[in-house]
Amino acid sequence: MRHIISVLVENEFGVLARVSGLFSGRGFNIESLCVAETLDPTVSAMTIVTKGSEAILEQILKQLNKLINVIKVIDFQEVEHVSREMVLVKIHATERNREEVLRMTEIFRGRVIDVSARTYTVEITGTEEKIKAFLTLVKPLGIKELVRTGPVAMIRGEKMIQVKEKEPIGGNDG
Amino acid sequence: MKKNGAQIFVEALKMEGVDTIFCYPGGAVLYITDALYGADIRQVLVRHEQGAVHAADGYARASGKVGVALVTSGPGATNTVTGIASAYMDSVPVVVFSGQVATMLIGNDAFQEADIVGITRPCTKHNYLVKDVKDLARIIKEAFYIARSGRPGPVLVDIPKDVSAAIAEFKYPDKVHIRSYQPTYAGHPGQIKRAVKLILSSKKPILYTGGGIIASEAADELLAFAETLSLPVSNTLMGLGGFPGTHPQFLGMLGMHGTYAANMALMQSDVLIAIGARFDDRATGRTDSFAPHAKVIHVDIDPTSISKNIRVDIPIVGDAKNVLKKMLEVLEEEKTAVREYKHGIAEWLGLLDDWKKKFPLGYTKGRLLKPQYVIERIYELTKGKAIIATEVGQNQMWTAQFYKFMKPRTILTSGGLGTMGYGFPAALGAQAAHPDMLVVNIAGDGSIQMNIQELATAVQYCLPVKVVILNNGCLGMVRQWQQFFYEKRYSCSLLECTPDFVKLAEAYGAVGYEIEDEKEVDKVLKKAFSNGKPTFIDVHVDPEECVYPMVPSGAPLNEMVLV
Repeated sequence: MRHIISVLVENEFGVLARVSGLFSGRGFNIESLCVAETLDPTVSAMTIVTKGSEAILEQILKQLNKLINVIKVIDFQEVEHVSREMVLVKIHATERNREEVLRMTEIFRGRVIDVSARTYTVEITGTEEKIKAFLTLVKPLGIKELVRTGPVAMIRGEKMIQVKEKEPIGGNDG
Repeated sequence: MKKNGAQIFVEALKMEGVDTIFCYPGGAVLYITDALYGADIRQVLVRHEQGAVHAADGYARASGKVGVALVTSGPGATNTVTGIASAYMDSVPVVVFSGQVATMLIGNDAFQEADIVGITRPCTKHNYLVKDVKDLARIIKEAFYIARSGRPGPVLVDIPKDVSAAIAEFKYPDKVHIRSYQPTYAGHPGQIKRAVKLILSSKKPILYTGGGIIASEAADELLAFAETLSLPVSNTLMGLGGFPGTHPQFLGMLGMHGTYAANMALMQSDVLIAIGARFDDRATGRTDSFAPHAKVIHVDIDPTSISKNIRVDIPIVGDAKNVLKKMLEVLEEEKTAVREYKHGIAEWLGLLDDWKKKFPLGYTKGRLLKPQYVIERIYELTKGKAIIATEVGQNQMWTAQFYKFMKPRTILTSGGLGTMGYGFPAALGAQAAHPDMLVVNIAGDGSIQMNIQELATAVQYCLPVKVVILNNGCLGMVRQWQQFFYEKRYSCSLLECTPDFVKLAEAYGAVGYEIEDEKEVDKVLKKAFSNGKPTFIDVHVDPEECVYPMVPSGAPLNEMVLV
């Protein structure tokens, strides 16, 4: 099962290495990882996409929580959330298919952010499904290069991920 | 008051109540060793940095306090890794201070530079690189707090040379506040009630307890709990001493070399109460057929231990001592139910007694001296009142089987990592913590050679540890596996050249004895235990002897090879 996890950590050097080392050391899988400072400059948010059985996910969440620098861990599987990913695609754009590239970009509400004699670089933001659909459609036109950010996610509605004292976790309530 | 980093280090250690540190100096810690000169902290100069950490670990296990080691940068720091990893696997509170090259030079491949924070990240509970002297006091305070709180473990603090020289205002913080670290001590009351109810409904209950009992000082509570409910108790290797080894309810150690009664009881139990144990593969055998009929209650302070290897029905995150106390309180109100429950488990207890009588631990005497006999005699001569360290392998398993540990903190053994060379320096650390106690290291002729250089430390600081070398001329546990599973192809396991341990001890200024015959065992041990000096006792034992029972790796616990 694929999960998006948000990990709030102390914004200090070495914390990324602790988190990524935990995944590699215990054989957990990372599909994508996105890190940046939050509203509070002492806190960084990592959005990690990972895969694993229920038991593995439980271990991932517990092991992350065990790291001293980790303030909070949220599995978005358990909450209503929105998520978006951005992709930059360099597409082969000759006279013959330029129109088609532009049309696709427009349909997917993307933007052309760079143009050369033979390429268009397109930015698309959206859910993973949307990005997948776009890439499938432009693939026959010739994708030369591709960079993805990996998804970032947020709880839907007014609720927020609060940075509080870490609370006792794991099995206390059965 | 303004002080340099090195002086802050010394003051902070004093504030933490540190009386002994195990150290090895070098360029990057010269300011620190200078500040220690004449300070009211005993400095034990070891002969190898691995020994420093094992000694700090032994000191911590034997005393319950945090053990401290100090080493220099580069090789000094990398030599501590095995010691740190051993302490990490066994949840031992140790703080290791390493020197580092000056901050300006970090990352430049400077002389004696190693990224020890990076190297030890996965084998420490937490670690720090101190970049500013202003943070030093706070970091030391946090390091000690993290090492001893929650599930204890090692913490490394890396101090660059210029930080130890830089000046700052010294004020030791009164309190630690780490917003992202709040260990859970109190178990959930609802879960505790549910657990007690489940136990009272059982017909075949068993307690499976580990090192958590020792770490949380819960031996008295465990005894009261087990006696109130007449529960049979089996220990992991790390749990030995947490329950009296001569108690009639004690089944012995479980697992790969556990007793018949303990392993069979686990496999047939209907309720398994695990406290402060982590279902290690050496304890469970094959996990998918482990305790197949049991509902599992698991009490552990570390949530990651719960449901990691074995599915758990009633998880309780909390400190073993707290949870046991609460369980006893709940039981106070359940007196009638307890009476009924006791009636219901009588048949089970009878069966366990039968097993204990029919299949006790044993060995067959022969022409050659048996190692198990030597350990039995060590027990009889000390009556469980000594601190026993072990190395790793056959010596460790025989000690676990044949020495009856009566009290917590009397066994020092590398359970999780299985580090050969652990026992001797750990014994020195324990002796430093308890100068008046008898400390015995039960070793093999292989293991002892892994940190034998610490004999000089023992002599220099008059740490009269007794090292009983069960000398069988081979790496016995490896040889045993080769005998069982590799058709006796004894590859890389025969020690065809071994030093004369008596002469070696004497060369270091220690005492050496030799035992070749059963008749000499008592006489020599008594002499050794009362001579007040570091002593090697080279005991020539049967080289073919194996550790039984044995559950082959990956087999279920009830598939034991008995003899």
